[in-house]
Amino acid sequence: MSETVIPYMVKPHPVTGIPNGKFGIWLFLASEVMLFGALFSSYVLIRTGMPHWPPEGGLSSEVLNVPLATLNTAVLITSSITMVLAWASCKMGNLPRFRLWMGATIALAFVFLVVKYFEYSHKFHLGHTPAHDNFYAVYFTMTGLHGLHIVGGIIVNGYLLGPGTKLWAKDPEHFTNRVENAGLYWHFVDLVWIFLFPSLYLL
Amino acid sequence: MDEKIYGWWLPPDVSVHGAKIDQLMSVLHWFMALLFIGWGIFFVYCLFRFRARPGHAALYTPVKALATKYIEGFVLVVEVFLLFGLSTPVWLAYKNDVPDPSKALHVRLVAEQFAWNFQYPGKDGKFGKTDASQIGGDNPLGLDPEDPAGKDDLVTVNNLHIPVHRPVIVDISSKDVIHSFNVPVLRVKQDTIPGQQIPVWFEATQPGHFELACAQLCGLGHYRMRGDVLIETPEEFAKWEAENAPPPQEAPAAAAPEEKK
Amino acid sequence: MSVKQHTAATGNGHGHGNQDHGHHELPFWRKYIFSVDHKVIGIQYAVTALVFLFFGFSLMMMMRWQLAYPGQPLPLIGNLLGETAMPGGVMAPEFYNQLGAMHGTIMVFMGVVPLAVGGFGNFVVPLQIGAPDMAFPRLNMASYWVFLPGCIAMVASFFLPGGAAQSGWTSYPPLADIAPTGQTMWLFAMVLIITSSLLGSINFIVTIVQMRAKGLSFWRLPFFVHAQLVTAFLLLLAFPPLEAASVMQIMDRVAGTSFFLPTGLVVSGEPLKVAGGGNPLLWQHLFWFLAHPEVYVLILPAMGIVAEVIANNTRKPLWGYRLLVYSVVSLGFMSFVVWAHHMFMTGMGTTMSTFFQITTMIISIPSVVILTCFIMSLYGGNIRFTTPMLFATAFLPMFAIGGLTGLPLGLTASDIYLHDTFYVIGHFHYVVAPGTLFALFAGVYYWYPKATGRQLNEKLGKVHFWLSFVAINFVFMPMFFQGMAGLSRRLYDPTVYAHGRGVQALNVLISWGAWGLGLAQLFFIVNFFLSLKKGARVAENPWNATTLEWAAPSPPGHGNFITEPVVYREPYEYSVPGKSNDYSPQFRAEG
Repeated sequence: MSETVIPYMVKPHPVTGIPNGKFGIWLFLASEVMLFGALFSSYVLIRTGMPHWPPEGGLSSEVLNVPLATLNTAVLITSSITMVLAWASCKMGNLPRFRLWMGATIALAFVFLVVKYFEYSHKFHLGHTPAHDNFYAVYFTMTGLHGLHIVGGIIVNGYLLGPGTKLWAKDPEHFTNRVENAGLYWHFVDLVWIFLFPSLYLL
Repeated sequence: MDEKIYGWWLPPDVSVHGAKIDQLMSVLHWFMALLFIGWGIFFVYCLFRFRARPGHAALYTPVKALATKYIEGFVLVVEVFLLFGLSTPVWLAYKNDVPDPSKALHVRLVAEQFAWNFQYPGKDGKFGKTDASQIGGDNPLGLDPEDPAGKDDLVTVNNLHIPVHRPVIVDISSKDVIHSFNVPVLRVKQDTIPGQQIPVWFEATQPGHFELACAQLCGLGHYRMRGDVLIETPEEFAKWEAENAPPPQEAPAAAAPEEKK
Repeated sequence: MSVKQHTAATGNGHGHGNQDHGHHELPFWRKYIFSVDHKVIGIQYAVTALVFLFFGFSLMMMMRWQLAYPGQPLPLIGNLLGETAMPGGVMAPEFYNQLGAMHGTIMVFMGVVPLAVGGFGNFVVPLQIGAPDMAFPRLNMASYWVFLPGCIAMVASFFLPGGAAQSGWTSYPPLADIAPTGQTMWLFAMVLIITSSLLGSINFIVTIVQMRAKGLSFWRLPFFVHAQLVTAFLLLLAFPPLEAASVMQIMDRVAGTSFFLPTGLVVSGEPLKVAGGGNPLLWQHLFWFLAHPEVYVLILPAMGIVAEVIANNTRKPLWGYRLLVYSVVSLGFMSFVVWAHHMFMTGMGTTMSTFFQITTMIISIPSVVILTCFIMSLYGGNIRFTTPMLFATAFLPMFAIGGLTGLPLGLTASDIYLHDTFYVIGHFHYVVAPGTLFALFAGVYYWYPKATGRQLNEKLGKVHFWLSFVAINFVFMPMFFQGMAGLSRRLYDPTVYAHGRGVQALNVLISWGAWGLGLAQLFFIVNFFLSLKKGARVAENPWNATTLEWAAPSPPGHGNFITEPVVYREPYEYSVPGKSNDYSPQFRAEG
């Protein structure tokens, strides 16, 4: 554990108005925008370079499971709401409430992954692997990387729900900031899905 | 092939568009030398004049150097000239001035690890169809034996014969990885991108025997992807074409009786 | 390598002064291995980077034998590397390509950037802004410990069947897609190294913005900090597309996708069994979108170091400080819109190529301004030619040569001829080798006393400088002539070509220069280790410098400063008229 006291770890900086962690997470999200932006741009380039999309014919909405993805969209949006409620509970000093809403957020994240598991395994069953053609390559790579980000979020949120709450006893404001930062990350992951869903499934 | 023409600077230029490229090179390097020597003299002067010695002190107040503003301005003006006056016109001409197809010699190039495969259309002026499934040891381009347009096509490997004083259009592609068609004396360079066919054109001004080198790392044989470029008089070129054209009767393709439908 | 932790000297914010108030000593592994102290992490990065710089250079020294004496067995080492890499002691072409790809990768990603940013950035920036550490000390530790496995994976790839990556540091598909297993390891190692960079860059930006000492406004920051701030933004925003591209290339290689593989490929006579539909140029766009800002990551910290050393050794303020800051920020912005000048020969249309030509010409302006400001900073000075100053001064004409030779490459018409020739190699090496690397050496000689409490030996330092300076010009200047003669790069045996044979004598000259350059580094290595034990001891400010890091003890303890630093003036108040000293530190109230 660091013995030095880092200024503005909890209290906001007088000029920027935010503490270090919040600034850090926004910068991280900027780099994530560049990451997913690069993938979306690649998707555009690959798709416009092919005569048909999907290459095998039909529509994306026929090849991919739109109802399941719609369900997943609702799941993620709801999880963003529960995430905010978790943070609000911290702000209001209510740790049990926080545990409830954070637990709900993590549970919904698992639901998302389970639905994705069903989608993926159905595709593999049909022999539609990433190697099958670039439609599937794009689909699996983009949703796969997004899925890894969901897993990352589960790990962070799980830590905050579990061992991380030790900080609540010592410094509730610091803990609340951490929940807020995790929330920003989680909203971003949700936002990426909001872009992925129409681009991959509907268009 | 004359080795003596290759020294430590640009080799001779034997293309029509090369003169302007060489001119740009020359102007550029004189400009670069001027800037470097100018800066360099001032730099060395400062190192001597302002070295620490007893009784000497530094100037705290920044010196008002109007000269630097003028020099920056000069550099900017020259760069604009280089960009719009010299480079862009040459580049646009290089890219856009397609030679008259009726006058030009058309050649196809398919690069592979580690050879250059050239296809000439022959007397009918049409390229025979190629198919990847037909590629074999003696058919590097996969020329379709059924295609009549391909019957008079001439395929050479690592050998590019072109006539002097006649525009040549080369349609460039690759079978496997990215290579780069590079003939220094012609001032020509074009990457061969698999999945794309990219045209490049030039007109030779002098006969001779020159070299083609690959200019994009393409594997362990990249270094030995050498080709011969033979620029010939029209008579020599016609003689070469005639001597190397495929024979008029094509026996194997006709003998396929079971394919009668 | 030890960084002395003075448990008695506690950090700012505690207000304990010099008392020992019972902080227990951290165990060895927490103090020196998994440390969260920016100084320890900085030294970890710096030492790791120096090791890899020498390793990456050794790879090139081997290649230079094959280039000077093609087909001849390599003396001594030739028989030690196995029959696959060196049959009969003669380098195999695929091994040559491995050495080439790894030399570039290691020097850039495991040498220069970790030293410039991970090393100097981590060690110096918190000290120069008066902070007790970085904003996220544990994140800082994590970024080193993600970096090191990446480096190990990279080097381990030499031992895979088929050898290490061998498709250039640029890894263009389809070649990189079909290359042996080492390429996958390269991609995996890059993902780790890129992740480490991203984590580090977040730390730098938050630290510089949020943790400056009282009185340290943006316009009072040392130029080194401005340069590191811009560099951090470049790393943060430019690296992710390469991370995305690396994931896609891993997918192509491991999952059989065709992101970069078009339909109809025939490799060694066999059609490639992939779906196709991909585009090799997609990789190039994503790669160069990172790799161009990356080269500015290579040069900006170096410019920062040169600024510090020049101001200190001319004993006067930097000329055009504000102009320098504006230039370095615009350089950062512009670096994002020039990337396709690496792709002029790919069959690009005239609109796109004209756009990139113009942006490339524009980006030369801030570089010229920065160089001019540095040269003007010499004017009117009282120049002390200490070892750091020798390196920082030499940087100027060397960077000038590198920058000027970028002009024919950035203009499309001349690039037709010069693309992928040795001219390119001469150009970028001048900027990175006698450019950045010299600046980094200047930094080592300058800040070694702060980090260790001892001075490096001046005599050995001067010998190191002069030998390196002469040798390095023998290595890279002839390459421009080779390029003008049309010699392509990455050729295992240039004598296959007549135009290669025409400049073969230069290859011999270059190789001997490179080996001489290698030997010259021994003076540095010996000095580095000897001075740890035998170097003259120093107090806080051996260079009589003005910036904040010189207020801390040498070496600084945990928390860095004995009393909380306050900044009273601009960063380079040297030779202020009317003062008894020729320097007025930022941290001293009465000047």
